[in-house]
Formats: sequence, structure tokens, C-alpha cells
Amino acid sequence: MTMAATREGKRGRTARLAPYALVLPGWLWLALFFVAPIASVISMSLMTGGLAAGYTFTFEIGNYARAVELYWEQILRSLLYGGLATLLCVAIGYPVAYWIAFKGGAYKSTYLLLVLLPFFVSFVLRTISWGFILSDNGVVLGTLKSLGLLPGDFGVLNSATAVVFGLAYNFLPFMVLPIYAVLERMDHGVVEAAHDLYAGRVQAFVRVVLPMSLPGVFAGVIMVFIPTSADYVNATVLGGADNTMIGKVIQTQYLVNNAYPLAAAITFILMAALLIGIFSYAKALGTEQVMEVQAR
Amino acid sequence: MATATEEPRTRHDAGARAGTPAISLEQISKAYRSGGEDVQAVRGIDLRIEQGEFFSLLGPSGCGKTTTMRMVAGFESPTSGTVRLHGDDVTGVAPHRRDVNMVFQSYALFPHMTVFDNVAFGLRRKREASGEIRRKVAEALELVELNGRERTKPGRLSGGQQQRVALARALVNRPSALLLDEPLGALDLKLRQAMQMELKRIQRDVGITFVYVTHDQGEALTMSDRIAVMNGGRVEQLGTPAEVYERPATRFTAGFIGTSNLLSGTVAGRSGEVATVRIEGAGEVRASCDAPAGARVDLTVRPEKIAMEAEEPAGDRARLAGTVTEVVYLGSATHYTVRLGDGSEVVVFRQNASDAASAAERGETVWVSWRPEHAYALPG
Ligand SMILES: Nc1ncnc2c1ncn2[C@@H]1O[C@H](COP(=O)(O)OP(=O)(O)O)[C@@H](O)[C@H]1O
Ligand SMILES: [Mg+2]
Repeated sequence: MTMAATREGKRGRTARLAPYALVLPGWLWLALFFVAPIASVISMSLMTGGLAAGYTFTFEIGNYARAVELYWEQILRSLLYGGLATLLCVAIGYPVAYWIAFKGGAYKSTYLLLVLLPFFVSFVLRTISWGFILSDNGVVLGTLKSLGLLPGDFGVLNSATAVVFGLAYNFLPFMVLPIYAVLERMDHGVVEAAHDLYAGRVQAFVRVVLPMSLPGVFAGVIMVFIPTSADYVNATVLGGADNTMIGKVIQTQYLVNNAYPLAAAITFILMAALLIGIFSYAKALGTEQVMEVQAR
Repeated sequence: MATATEEPRTRHDAGARAGTPAISLEQISKAYRSGGEDVQAVRGIDLRIEQGEFFSLLGPSGCGKTTTMRMVAGFESPTSGTVRLHGDDVTGVAPHRRDVNMVFQSYALFPHMTVFDNVAFGLRRKREASGEIRRKVAEALELVELNGRERTKPGRLSGGQQQRVALARALVNRPSALLLDEPLGALDLKLRQAMQMELKRIQRDVGITFVYVTHDQGEALTMSDRIAVMNGGRVEQLGTPAEVYERPATRFTAGFIGTSNLLSGTVAGRSGEVATVRIEGAGEVRASCDAPAGARVDLTVRPEKIAMEAEEPAGDRARLAGTVTEVVYLGSATHYTVRLGDGSEVVVFRQNASDAASAAERGETVWVSWRPEHAYALPG
């Protein structure tokens, strides 16, 4: 009896500690790869000095002032391009996900694979290929021009349009997958219930399917908006001098100019801007909604 | 189709056509194509369900109940046959244009909406005025005893409460018929029994036609005005609970509803309604039967109609001797299994009344007996 009770007690303690032990690797991971880099970026952004002389922590708020003063245009442009690319991804990705989830039948996984297929080629290579394809005298434009269907000075590259479309193209699967995941596991009975309660196709979609799939859209928007806003490959390959995005600036400041504090300040400003954007977006959608439906 | 462009009809004009059945199914069949093969789910059903009736479709899983109901709601279209609501042919009409509402087995509540918005959904689609909607939703929630939970999301309600929301969401539209597909299937026994009484009360209060799908014979017997017993895509028998219980028309119905004893024998002779049936090895009994002499028949007797005693009963009771092989004590009653001379077994139910004759033991020899009109031959 007493022995059983002790064993119970021991097992009880182990059982109570088990969850903490299980999340420990997760916490370590976060501390190592998230908290440490952020802390180092923040402290770097408040330093002064140079690569040769070394950097010292001087609480230099001026780095931020300089970053905004010099690069506000690139920061805003990045958010704009990222936002436009995200909208484009929703506009294209939602119907694709909807179609695969509801009309894909037995071939759902094949269609998903097709969506993912471009990912088997390196991101940079893919973007450069688009550069070739869309170049002023490349396969597409060159042919159209020689057929006289386009004026000789027509070009697609080196424009905001090229950058935004490039971004949308590269990140489309990140939008399709989470939306698909939500639509796929949606109880079809709910859609039937809407029809049963006098909702036609449009009403059933607007009142039931769309709101229930918002968590997927939310996840997709985050997964597309963040990397597209910080991307520099598309702007470099497909854009021109007028389309520089902030990612390119950060890269140059870090790797070419070795202006670590300034680069860190820009990085942090971009991060803050993205966080503010995402939180206000979640607020607008209704956090409760996003979280609650997600939890189901 | 003329009806396709109309708003869903309300009960006012439905009432104006009293006399026509609320729902009639005329020779409807449904074959699903699955894996290159046709699955015959429903094979020619004819039913007329009257206005205000509590009608049950009862049958084992896979017999086509859900398919039949989905054809009434409009989610499946019949391969052949006609569906009429209040006399109007609605066979090709979309679900959202039919004046019937469904209570889904999974409830299918809208998880992102509050209880109020769930219940108001149909009224809003019909563009009723907001004051009217508020009044009707309050009334419907009152009916299912859920007032006060308007602002709650369905995910925070218990199974029984979700069930009530599903019911209110359908009832609030005052459809000309409510279709319920095993609505209590997910509830535990106690709650299910309480909800059975509740559903019956609600149906009496609102006077709407209920079509109730269930595989639970007890549920169907308790609640229904009439029952259609289904098997293999066909209606085996149609009648009141007492009719299908007391007079099962087929071997299937006899076996599916309640417990019944089947005795195989040959008609030895007859006088009017009553025949004498010889059960080889067990004896002769009299039963109501119209088969000619010499025909092989299956007799059925309900266990509660059978008396069991140690001495051979006197009078004109049909009687056979046998040995008790099993005794199951159930509190209020005891179930005995008695093996007869021909090797077949009959089950006897006996109330455990205080003045009951002493209980039989296993291995005892007993006489089982019944009134001749309580045993009758199954057709076929
Ligand atoms: N969508 C479907 N596709 C193919 N076969 C189906 C489909 N729905 C039902 N069936 C088949 O039709 C028969 C009747 O099913 P159902 O109407 O659901 O029966 P019940 O509700 O009485 O259990 C079953 O054999 C079932 O497998
Ligand atoms: Mg069913």
C-alpha cells in the first residue's frame, strides 16, 4: 500500500516535469537561433566604429536616424512591393488552393506537387531564368518584337512590375499550402448546411467558406509578406536602379561597406515595421477569430 | 423550372394546401457511381408523409436512409423518380430553394459564428427584418432552452447543447418539413433519452413535419407517428409503431424490431383464421395464418407474449414444452431462453413482479404458452 503510494508519487512528479523536459530543446533552439541573434543585432545597431578599429557600444541612437534618413525610400518601397506581391499571391493562390481542395478529387497530391515543382530548382536560378526569359530581346519579347507584335523599345525587366511579379511567382506556394490545408480539412457538411439554410453558392462562400479559411490566408500572408519584403534577389535580377529594395541595401552595408551598426539598425527598423504591419493585420481580421479557428 | 426562381415558400401557403402530403416520394431510386461500379443505394421507394407527422425512416446502416433524406433535401438527385413537396415537383431544385431544413448528424454548426448568428443564418438569407430576426431567434432558443447563450461560439458548448443549436437553426425557419439524420447518434444514452422526449415535445409544439432517420428501433418506436422500415434500399414495411412491432410484415422486420421468436413448421389443418401448425419434434400449436394445409410457414411470437410455467397450462393456449438454457436477470425483468423439442430456442420476457410465480432455473423443464392470435405466420 505505502509502496504503491510512493511509486504513485514518484510517477506523479515525473509526469509533472515531463512537459517541461519535452519543451526544453524547443526553448534552447529559440534562445540560440532567435533570441541571441536579435540581441546581437540590437546591440550592434547601437555601436560605433569600423571593421579595422573594432566596434564599441556607445548607445548610438544616431544609427537609426541615419538609417531612416538615408533609406526611408527603400524601406517604404520594400513594404509596398512585399505587400503587392502578397496581394497577388492571395489573388492567385486562393483559387488554386480552393480548386485543388474541393475539385482535385483523387489527384489532389499530384496538383500540389505541381505547385511545388518549381521549388526543386534553386531560388536564385529560377529568378535568373526569368531574367533571361523576359529580357528585352529574349525568347518571349524578342520573338514578339520580330513578329512586329510589340514595339522595339518595349521592355518588362528593370521595372517595379517585374519585381512584384517575380516575388509573387517565387513565393506563391507559401500561400497555396496553408490555404489548402485549411480548406482540405473543412467539414463539407458545413457548406451543405449553408446551402440548406437558403445560401446560394456565392453566399455560402462569402459567409462560411471564406471566413473559415481566414486562418490559412493569415498564415500565408505572413509567410509571403515577410520574406518578400526583405528579399533582394528579385529586385537585383529583375529590377533596375529605381527598384532597389531594402534587402539589397542591408546586404551592401554589411558585406561591401562593412557598416555593421548601420546595417543592423536598418534590419531592426524593417523587422519592427513588419511586426507592426502583421499585428495590425491580425487585429483587423480579429485575433480571436484567427486563433480560435486555428485551434480547432 | 418555375419554382427555381421563387423564394423559399413559407408555411402560410403550405397550410393553404392541407390534404396534400408534405412530402411525397414517387418511385425514387438512386445509384451512386463509385470505382466504375453502380451502387444501388435506393431501389424504388414510394412514400407519402403527411403534414405535421413525425415520420421515421428506420433500418440498419447502409440501407439507404441518408440517401433518401438527402434526395428530399436536394443534396442528391434521384437516378429516377419524383420528389414532391406539398405537391410541387422539386426533383431538380437546388437545396437552397427548397422549403425543408436538415439537422445534420455532425451538427455542421458554423464554428466562426456565435449561437445567435448560427440560428439567424437562414432568416438573414431570406432577408427578414432585423427586429423580426431577433424575435424569432429568441423564440427558437427559448424552445430549445438555450436562451442566454446567444454570444457563445458553438465550440464552447457541450454536445447536447450543440445539438440544440442545430435544431434551433433549422426550426427557426419554420420549414414545411424538418429532416433529421440520426441527430442523437453522438450523444450518450441518458442525454439521448432526454432529447427524445424533448424532440417529441418540440415537434408537438411547432406542428412541423419531422422526418427522422435512425437505426435505433427503440428510438423510432418511442417517437414516431409512423415508421418506414427500410432494408437494402427498399421499404420493407410502413405503419404505426404498434403495427410494425405487433405485426411485422417480413422476416426482416420481425428480426430488426425488438426481439422475436421464429418457429418453423408445417400447416397441419385450419379452421377459419386459425391454423394448426406442426413443429417437427416439438408439438402442434395454433396460430393465425392463412397459408393452405401442407405449406411451410414461419411463426413469430414476441417474447413478452409468452407465459412460462412448470405445469402444462389448461385452456386453448398454444403450448410447447422445453428446457431452460439461459437466465438473464435485468432488474425489472428476467429473460429466459428455452430450448424446444426441435432444437429451436424461444426467448421469454418476464416482469419481476413481487407476486410472480417462482423463477425457473437453468436446466428446468417448463411449458411455454401464448394465445393463438399472438403467434402468426410471416408471409413469404
Ligand atoms: N457518396 C456515395 N458514393 C458512393 N456510395 C455511397 C455514397 N453514399 C452512400 N453510398 C452507399 O449507398 C448505400 C446507402 O448509404 P446510406 O444512404 O448512407 O445508408 P444509411 O444512411 O442507411 O446508413 C451504402 O451502401 C453506401 O455505401
Ligand atoms: Mg446514414
